[in-house]
Amino acid sequence: MQIKAIGCEPLQLRRVHIENSRNIDVYRANGGYEAIKKVLNGMSPDDVINEVKKSALRGRGGAGFPTGMKWSFVPKDSPKPKYVVCNADESEPGTFKDRYLMERDPHMLIEGMLIAAYALTSKTTYIYTRGEYRYLIDIMDVAIEEARAAGLVGNNILGTTFSCEIYTHTGAGAYICGEETALLSSLEGLRGHPRMKPPFPAVSGLYASPTVVNNVETLTAVPDIIKMGGEAYQKLGTEKSGGTKVWSVSGHINEPGVYELPMGYDDMEKFIMEDCGGMLNGKKLKAVIPGGSSVYIMRASDIIGKDVRMDYEGLVAAGSSVGSGGFIVMDETVDIFESTKNLTEFYKHESCGWCTPCREGTDWLVKVFQRIADGKGRPEDAQLMLDLCDNIEGKSFCPLGDAAAWPIQSAIRRFPEDFRQHLVGIDE
Amino acid sequence: MSQQLTKIEPLYQPVDLEVSPATFSSEVEAEIDRHLAKYPVRRSAILPLMFIVQRERGYLDPAGVLYLANRLGLRTTDIWEVATFYSMIYTEPIGKYHIQICKTLSCKIRGAGAITEHCAKKLGIQPGETTADGRFTLSEVECLGSCGTAPMFQLNFDYHENLTPEKVDQILDSL
Repeated sequence: MQIKAIGCEPLQLRRVHIENSRNIDVYRANGGYEAIKKVLNGMSPDDVINEVKKSALRGRGGAGFPTGMKWSFVPKDSPKPKYVVCNADESEPGTFKDRYLMERDPHMLIEGMLIAAYALTSKTTYIYTRGEYRYLIDIMDVAIEEARAAGLVGNNILGTTFSCEIYTHTGAGAYICGEETALLSSLEGLRGHPRMKPPFPAVSGLYASPTVVNNVETLTAVPDIIKMGGEAYQKLGTEKSGGTKVWSVSGHINEPGVYELPMGYDDMEKFIMEDCGGMLNGKKLKAVIPGGSSVYIMRASDIIGKDVRMDYEGLVAAGSSVGSGGFIVMDETVDIFESTKNLTEFYKHESCGWCTPCREGTDWLVKVFQRIADGKGRPEDAQLMLDLCDNIEGKSFCPLGDAAAWPIQSAIRRFPEDFRQHLVGIDE
Repeated sequence: MSQQLTKIEPLYQPVDLEVSPATFSSEVEAEIDRHLAKYPVRRSAILPLMFIVQRERGYLDPAGVLYLANRLGLRTTDIWEVATFYSMIYTEPIGKYHIQICKTLSCKIRGAGAITEHCAKKLGIQPGETTADGRFTLSEVECLGSCGTAPMFQLNFDYHENLTPEKVDQILDSL
């Protein structure tokens, strides 16, 4: 598996190949903890937020919301404690970048969290890691203690009045806890059900206090933003999507891996066919899901020769989206009916059961898929599935329902032939 | 009127009034205290504590649930409610070695099915089952974040990646 930067100097992947990259001394010897020093040496919390705003950093968890704006929603005059929570519940099929960022460079996350906590005047922060990533929690615990011993975590950090605690927390196997309000429910010791927004977590999040929830990759981008300045960071990417982005690539590809690219990297075809070593066994490309399983599936014909730009706007224009940046590459041997059935089973399993459209809808979708797979497909089944999707999309309590509907809707519309072979007379 | 209503028979409820809360060594109690100290609200420690109970007792049994209820100041129903939500919390006994094969798309198209078949044949059980000697439980699970190194399984907490049937033999034979 590859871990490298393409088309830019590595920022987030700068240290991943250095020996003992987890160690605090190695981190410091390679530019680490310079940003928090700069922050504590004369930047105000608002200065930090402004730099992040200027950087055009967008949340890397999937929704792509501008990070600086999210931070600015936290009310400054609230008498309640404020919390920063790192979302390390990476569970989106096809996505595994956060895992390597934490495994190889845990101090980068700690520094990002410290800066976020300073900007939001938070004294208590949590890293919510999915339960399966137990080894990463152990790595983070060691790194936090190293940082504490170096005066970087705890009271009076680097001799200033700034104090901040970082705690690790474990999930226990629930995709839904990657949704920020469900994550907060889980962190409070409840079932991982999402909550109504508004109020947004910025106003009423963890323990009904102002809270910012950010993805690992978002927080690990922050030290570089502070070091080089928001403007310089933005210029590495595009006007609306600043900086670099870490992509996960899996499936029928010669060199699966974690790749850091500048936002707006100019050609998705080149990325797949050259940078990632091309298709496995020389087979033909059939489809790509570029943003983790929840985004629209793309046909090879929408990629080959189309100069698809890899950023938020570019992928939307090409008919999909960045999501969590998890590429699933599929060759000509894949039956898109089968691959979509597989993902629908995932969403059914992971639906939290809180709202009816998602709980019942995903269950019915799996039943229909299974009946078709058992050879009992009917001509009207494609429309039936689209109707079911319609009754989930936009009608479920949280985005999991939409995420279940989109792969099916796009697969039926873009690969009707794969469905047609299981049904007779599909409506196009 | 009341005669028209269906007569309600009391449900059979296997209430074991004899169950007393689990007890743990002072080291484990200290570990639990360290987790509780992280949160302003005790209930927040419920998942970390469930993992500790599982580690110590094999699974989250009624005595473990009662212990957690007492320790966290909650009702036993609060503990069960949370326990049954999360797929990594086991409320039934489970094999000493839990093989969890990722079945989601990236693994599926890189041969997860063959790994499942191989494990099932080797152990003589189907996914969802435990061997008669209680050593192995085989499960198919959803994405474990190991898509670039597919196919893979998680054996208890350890990731084993880029699996082949030969590699699976090596891993399982070494246990």
